[in-house]
Amino acid sequence: MNIVPFIIFAVIKIALALFVLLTAVAYTVWLERKVVGRIQNRWGPTRVGPFGLLQPAADGVKFIFKEDLTPPHVYKPLYIAAPIIAVVFALTSIALIPVGNDVTVLGYTIPLQIADVNIGLLIVLGITSLGVYGIALSGWSSNSKYSLLGGLRASAQMISYEIALGLSLVGVLILAGSLSLREIVEAQSGHFFGFIPNWNIFHGLQIVGFFVYIMAAYAETNRIPFDLPEAETELVAGYHTEYSAMKFAMFFMAEYANMITVACLASLLFLGGWSGPVVGPPIVRALLPVLWFSLRIFIFLFIYIWVRGTLPRFRYDQLMSFGWKFLLPLAIANLVITALVVVLVN
Amino acid sequence: MISVHLIIFLIFGAVCVAGAINLLAQTHPINSALSLVVVMGALAVEYLLLGAEFVAAVQVIVYAGAIMVLFVFVIMLLNAGKEERTKGGSYVAMIVGIPGMLAGSVLVAWVLLTHSGTNSVAAGALPGSPTQLAPLLFHEFLLPFEVTSILVLVAIMGAVVLASHPNADQKKEKA
Amino acid sequence: MVPLSYYLILSGILFACGVTGFLIKRNIITIFMSIELMLNGVNLSFVAFAAQWHALSGQVFVFFVMVVAAAEAAVGLAIIIAVYRTRETLNVDQVNLLKL
Repeated sequence: MNIVPFIIFAVIKIALALFVLLTAVAYTVWLERKVVGRIQNRWGPTRVGPFGLLQPAADGVKFIFKEDLTPPHVYKPLYIAAPIIAVVFALTSIALIPVGNDVTVLGYTIPLQIADVNIGLLIVLGITSLGVYGIALSGWSSNSKYSLLGGLRASAQMISYEIALGLSLVGVLILAGSLSLREIVEAQSGHFFGFIPNWNIFHGLQIVGFFVYIMAAYAETNRIPFDLPEAETELVAGYHTEYSAMKFAMFFMAEYANMITVACLASLLFLGGWSGPVVGPPIVRALLPVLWFSLRIFIFLFIYIWVRGTLPRFRYDQLMSFGWKFLLPLAIANLVITALVVVLVN
Repeated sequence: MISVHLIIFLIFGAVCVAGAINLLAQTHPINSALSLVVVMGALAVEYLLLGAEFVAAVQVIVYAGAIMVLFVFVIMLLNAGKEERTKGGSYVAMIVGIPGMLAGSVLVAWVLLTHSGTNSVAAGALPGSPTQLAPLLFHEFLLPFEVTSILVLVAIMGAVVLASHPNADQKKEKA
Repeated sequence: MVPLSYYLILSGILFACGVTGFLIKRNIITIFMSIELMLNGVNLSFVAFAAQWHALSGQVFVFFVMVVAAAEAAVGLAIIIAVYRTRETLNVDQVNLLKL
């Protein structure tokens, strides 16, 4: 493809991806409030719009109009930079997520992915590693004891669970033979035994890897049962205690965008990506994989929210020993067994 | 010949040098740590220009994403403040040292440019994908690989022992 | 096409900044960061030469340098924490007596 159509399509894809991601973040907040409300036997937002569907818009307006005060005792440059870092790294990883097969528009074949890098999975892991800085720096620059403790705990938790996260993905890599996200999904196409799809969780027997990935992902995104760093009853609000209005909204957005990224990765790596029955005219054929992908992400987010409404949270020492003494050996064992089985079968 | 390769190299090279000089110029260690993170990120782009994609990804994940987080942690934990300058020596350093360093680097650059300017490195000259690095790492460099894993194990044990709180009987012995 | 010497000059500048930081800084953590800067400069040299001589072992060696740098940073920072607990200072000029 020439450079000019490439740039035009890239700009369109970036704008569309950002719009979809930000809307998804807003409506994930709505979904969470409704589902947790129902689990707790109450309604959740119902007044603003039908079923409370305009609640995210009302929240957005509220955040914009709130007074954005900067306490006098903070270290200003990092206080302002930390939410920016958190949001930038949370929104960047959407660039590497493929959502469907190639579509053909006006004679150009466009992959439904902003950047198809052949080490895509490593780059997503790198972006996740860099996202720790937003939390560590916000905890430190706020110059208050709750924020510092919350920031330290959150960063220690995130870097501990990154290891188990990465190792749980190596089993998938051994089966797929490539780090490119598109090729990992394509390695999961087809069926075995006639009707069971060839996903990594069934055919690849990565059920243990899936379990480790889910646990590590809950810890990486600081969600219950691992949300000690931002629990209200423990540390006021942890690392975002001193933040108000738009900066707090940026941390909030970063957390939900991370949840969505994790859900995307889990469905790409373990649940076969966008595979599903594809029928109908070409325009429907191009969009149906995107629908299957979105369905998987929705199921993940629902399970995330369901766990949030159901489980209590871990104490910090329980959390750290779970990550280092249980998940890490389990991920290594999964890697060793997967490698052995692959060598023996071939 | 001005190519996109050269322009990207110069931009990210300038970011590297600016980050390195900022590390020296800042008094608070947290600012130095963050400028070092910027240097590492720009270096990762330079590695990508040379085709070393796996090394670039590992640089971001390990160096910028784990080692520098450790540095930031320790700065947060020890509440390191602005550094105090010790008396004497700073004027001498500025008058002799900075022009001396500039003169030295200009000399080195001139020598390098006049004697080795003909070898050019193309963009992505040596594609270093994981599938190509893996046989080297696990066959020819297997012994260093195993030795470094033992090194990391020893380092973990050492760090845990050194940084742990002295326990009660040690405290009683001191008193 | 970028001449190889440009990469070497950049690597040399980073190394020189690392040496300068090691010599003029007084905070022990900043001295450690200058060591990491020196190691990064050397890594760039390795990768540049690997690209010139088409030898992938240069890139493998960068991997080892990073692992050693990680181990050294971990142990060094643990030592810094231990020293801080007894001396209450991070300034190297004040840690000049064996007796507290």
